[in-house]
Formats: sequence, structure tokens, C-alpha cells
Amino acid sequence: MTWLSIIISGIVTYFSRMAMVALIDREMLGTKVKEVLNYVPAAVFPAIIFPGVFFNDFGLFVEITDPKIYGAIVALVIGFYSRSVIATIVSGLLSYWFIIFIILK
Amino acid sequence: MISKSKIFFKGIVAVLPHMLSVIPFGIITGAIGVELGFDPILVYATSLIIFGGASQIIFMQLLSGGASSLVAITSVGVINSRHLLYGAVLSEYLEKLSLIKKLIISYFIVDQGFAESNKYLRQNKNLSNPHYYVLGTGVTLWFCWQLSTISGIILGSFIPEELGLKFAIPLTFLAIIVNDLRKLDHVFVMLVSGFASLILFDAPFKSYIILSPIVALIAAFIMLRLKK
Repeated sequence: MTWLSIIISGIVTYFSRMAMVALIDREMLGTKVKEVLNYVPAAVFPAIIFPGVFFNDFGLFVEITDPKIYGAIVALVIGFYSRSVIATIVSGLLSYWFIIFIILK
Repeated sequence: MISKSKIFFKGIVAVLPHMLSVIPFGIITGAIGVELGFDPILVYATSLIIFGGASQIIFMQLLSGGASSLVAITSVGVINSRHLLYGAVLSEYLEKLSLIKKLIISYFIVDQGFAESNKYLRQNKNLSNPHYYVLGTGVTLWFCWQLSTISGIILGSFIPEELGLKFAIPLTFLAIIVNDLRKLDHVFVMLVSGFASLILFDAPFKSYIILSPIVALIAAFIMLRLKK
């Protein structure tokens, strides 16, 4: 039963990856749609970022003093000026750890 | 002209920084699966067959919590439907390929790989073999994901929970879009998506993951109309 669920989930997921690449002809998409597609990263990733920062493990809003918020702000500023993926992630993690292990200890 | 292997290698290098979050996430995914009581082979099968971090965790949590298979499969489908958007964007660079190549590359379309490919290929529109870049990012992420989930399955969660490494996930995605904060129209779309996700968070089947982008893309569409 579980195997079957995994396989069906795999097929569904594969379909989501393959459908637009293999089944759709780009001519079918109008210029307007193509223009809107420029915003796909801006439209998708904040929906992962915001809950990851502002909600705790139980899906409740974190306090305004939550270390994740400050880690995210540091990562945002460093990332903006450095334009580096690694600097963004590392600065966010280090500042987050600095708050939970040094300031809050 | 850049050689195919060079483009492939560029793709590999582009996603390497993301391993900071992908590897811990993979270890956690493997460890959670075993902790929930699933056979290690089944846990690994989700990495191979589904190959999508968040959806694998939700899938196993739902099944172990007594949810029906239908609910678990629906949730996976809803969470992973965002790939339709990635595919629509990447199809610009993959349209000249044969069907069989398209079918193979599709398996390797993942968040970080999509984001880095999109960033690079947009600035290098005349590249002769753009799919090698997509493949370089995807294959790298695939290998790291398989290896890290396997190590999580075998060793358990050897990453101390106090480290809060789950926080690396939003940071990875922040790193992906942080450069676009220079463009006001993109900032607007990001804010719509972010706030929509907070409001829609409790929608069934984790559908906020696809509903928020849809809301944001509609906002982008309206914005483009008003601009003209």
C-alpha cells in the first residue's frame, strides 16, 4: 500500500516537472504569459521563505524577538550587498547561532 | 563557443553553495522517515521516486499519522505543482531538445537548480547547449540529495537539533531571490507572495505553496497591465 502511494506520488511529481517542458508548445503561451513568467522566482520563493521565518514548528506566528527574524534580516542585507549565495546563507546562520548560543545563553 | 562539459560544470558550481541547506535537509528527511517507523528501503524510495524534500517529509508524516493514501498523494501533488511554473520558464531553453532528452531532464528539475539555471540562462540567451547547465545543477542536487538522505537513514539525525538547521531552508531561498530586490516590480511580487503565504498557511494540503505564487503572478499580471 505504501509502495503504491510512493509510486503514484512519484508519477504525480514527475508529471509536474515534465508537463510544461515536454507536453506544451511554447507557441501556445502568449507574450503576456511569457512576461508574467519572468516573475516566477519572485512569486514562488517568498511563499517558502516567509512561513519559514515567521512561523514556528507548530504553524504559529513567532514573537517579534525571534532569532530567525534577525538572522533573516542579516542575511538579507549581506546578500543584497555581496550578491553571493554562500555569504547570504552563512551570514544568516552565523548571526542566528550568535543570538541563540551567545546572547540568549 | 563554450563546450558542453564546461556548461555542465558551471551548473555544478552554481548550486554548490546551496548544499549548505540541501545536505542537512536531506539528512533530516532520512532520519525523520526512520523515526516515523518506516522501513529504511521505503524512506529511500521516496528520495529516488518522489525526489522532493518537503513533499517527502509531509508524505511520510501524513501516512504515519493515519491519513489515507489519497490525502498523502494529494498533498505531494499540491506541494510539487510549483514545478509546473519552473517547467514553463525553463521550456524556453529546452524547447529544441528531442522528446527523450526533455523527459530525462525533467526528472532533475528542482528548486535551486531551476533558480540558478534561470538566473544564468537569462543572461546568456545565445548559449548553444543551455540544457547542460540545467542538467549540471540538477544532477548535482540529485546526488547530494540521495547521499544525504541515505546518511540520515543510516546514522539517524546526527545533526544536533539545537543548531536549528531547518532555518537554512528559508535562507537558501532568500539567497536565490535577494539580488532581485534591486528591482521594485519584483519586490512588489515578492511581498504579495510572502504575505499571501502567511494568510493562506492553514489552507488544506499545504496548498499555500502553490496558491501564494498564483496570487502573486496575478498581481504581476495586473501590474504589467497598469504599467502600459
